[in-house]
Amino acid sequence: MSTSSQLENPDLSQTSEAILEVKHLYKKFVMHRLNPLARTQAVQAVENVSFALYAGRATALVGESGSGKSTIARILARLYEPTEGEVHFHGKPLKKQEGAGSLSTYRRNVQMVFQDPFSSLNPVHNVQHHLSRPLRVNNYVQNAKQETEHILALLRRVSLTPAEQFISKYPHQLSGGQRQRVVIARALATRPEVLLADEPVSMLDVSIRLDILNLLLRLKKEERIAVLFITHDIASARYFAEETLVLYAGQMVEGGPSDVITQQPRHPYTRLLISSAPNPKVLDRVSDGAEEMPARGEIPSLIHPPSGCRFHPRCPHAMPVCKERFPARTILGDNHWIHCHLYGEEAKLPAENLAN
Amino acid sequence: MSIQEQAQKLLDVTDLTIDYEAANGTVHAVKNVSFTLHRGEILGIAGESGCGKSTLAYGIARLLRPPAQVAGGQVLYYPRKDRQDAYYSAASSLQDVLQEQDSIDILQLSSEQLRAFRWHELSIVFQSAMNALNPVMTIGMQIIDVLQAHLPDKPMRFYKRRAIELLDLVGITADRLNSYPHQLSGGMRQRTVIAIALALRPDLIIMDEPTTALDVVIQREILELISSLCKEFNTALIFITHDLSLLLELSHKIAIMYAGNLVEQATSREMYHHPGHPYSYGLLNAFPTLDGPQLQMVGIPGAPPDLRQVPPGCAFNPRCIMAFDACRRVVPQLRPVSAETSERKVACHLYDPRFSVRGPTTEQIAYCYETLSEGARVE
Repeated sequence: MSTSSQLENPDLSQTSEAILEVKHLYKKFVMHRLNPLARTQAVQAVENVSFALYAGRATALVGESGSGKSTIARILARLYEPTEGEVHFHGKPLKKQEGAGSLSTYRRNVQMVFQDPFSSLNPVHNVQHHLSRPLRVNNYVQNAKQETEHILALLRRVSLTPAEQFISKYPHQLSGGQRQRVVIARALATRPEVLLADEPVSMLDVSIRLDILNLLLRLKKEERIAVLFITHDIASARYFAEETLVLYAGQMVEGGPSDVITQQPRHPYTRLLISSAPNPKVLDRVSDGAEEMPARGEIPSLIHPPSGCRFHPRCPHAMPVCKERFPARTILGDNHWIHCHLYGEEAKLPAENLAN
Repeated sequence: MSIQEQAQKLLDVTDLTIDYEAANGTVHAVKNVSFTLHRGEILGIAGESGCGKSTLAYGIARLLRPPAQVAGGQVLYYPRKDRQDAYYSAASSLQDVLQEQDSIDILQLSSEQLRAFRWHELSIVFQSAMNALNPVMTIGMQIIDVLQAHLPDKPMRFYKRRAIELLDLVGITADRLNSYPHQLSGGMRQRTVIAIALALRPDLIIMDEPTTALDVVIQREILELISSLCKEFNTALIFITHDLSLLLELSHKIAIMYAGNLVEQATSREMYHHPGHPYSYGLLNAFPTLDGPQLQMVGIPGAPPDLRQVPPGCAFNPRCIMAFDACRRVVPQLRPVSAETSERKVACHLYDPRFSVRGPTTEQIAYCYETLSEGARVE
């Protein structure tokens, strides 16, 4: 079911070298104003974000809209330049000014799957056209016959069968789930090592979401692709990714193995996210929401973000220190870490109260 | 909510059929749908895209435009007789009809009567509530607009006061009255739309995917708001969404639609613990949960049918894991599962004594889906 070259991919299962590593990433969007005397303002979209992607593993970025998830994906796809910080690909840092050659090598290896399959395919071109572009650009095919063979193989890899029928279809003839499969096939065409999936299922129907998630799971497991999975649904992060990072207003607040994050969330924001997710289990609960999270409100403006921990205006456990500085990372064991003053050295007691 | 109030019937939909006339054939978007709604009750309608849930809601509200048309059935509405509040216009042409009978058929109302009916008795919150507001009018004016159109003889003071009261109800401060929609966040726009729907205190509100575009935290706030408002005013609600887990929490009763048919109807508790129809089970387990064991999950195989060529027999049979011979021949009817539970109805031959001795247990349906997952893994 895979093309021959795919089989040549080295098995990286035991090596722990990160394919893509992000170190202390910052991104500011400067707002240009007409008045030249006005002070320039900037949207501080991402602040000090670090993580790494490994072959055959998925990392989920979870947060509300405006938390900077998509900005991070776009920086990794090199659609934006980071303001500060480094992106390492196979241990080598990416430079700002780089030859077209190395940029295209990078882009070939890091592919993106967008949220909306209705707008990420060109309506006037058929499936064959969409899939032939990456093959030709990268010189993977020499003639038309080879090209068709490659495309059919790609379609089969994303379970669009019979592939012979799908190859000549136009986007409007496909359902949402089928379109998303074509988008994934197009990303796979360049034989990437990393897939950046920006909310790949949130536009799809409930019954189709699972199929697409399972397809991505299969690609991750069998073809050892590293996946950055961006979602606002923490339950699907648990299903799909080994590691989950929770972002709030551009800052990383908690991270660790997905099961730990969902079962023993520590940060007040993670708890809020989890308690907000629809959960029919409440039907069985007799008490009327004793563990209800009182934190309400919305993500603050990132032009003038709150000082210190950006969650403090919404946080039910906010202390004076939260306003002053962003908490340092506290390791809670098992790769589980958190940025919260409740768990810092200074304040052991409140954290224990919270855990009870 | 007292028992007596709860038992009061509000809406009785019988055999409602809605067709879309297309050049290449008629599409039966809604087929013989019947259900009853009581005062203060929240009914959730769930299903995949294209199953007819929005068409059904628009049919009830008389909002369909050609090529859609009602091909049959009736929608009986039972208005409150003793309504005396300030937001009620006794002069409406609907009153004459109501003097004579208990109920009115919404589908038979004249356009003048319809105008009196809408907002006073029924209001609707649309799918893209984000875009439902007029971008060049302040939200205060948009609320006043509704009030003015339906209660024309009141002083401006009255409208203003009501507008502030409504914003307060949905948790928006009065100083936002002069804000334009673009100055509000998505959650606040959604609240405004809900406030407008409540303006004349209708007895029935239809909400078509009101929270789909919102973040989880804001979605939770809006849902809490909706359920507390419905309780406060004893308003009945028809809530349409494809997210069944959200519906289970919010609503009292749930109806599942597939390819234009109502395939199952039950209380949300029953639906959660014992989904009867294999499709309901599939929908219920179509998405990962936050707790419980980590399992390889399988969705419902296949895709919904083209409504121009619905498979014979049960429309779900090509995707159904438990389909047998009769499913391909006979169209199942929505019928009570057992004599004692009249609330719970399933349109499935597995529960029909003519074809099956005893309905399957939830474990049996679960087992069938599990075998499917093993098959998927081998592939």
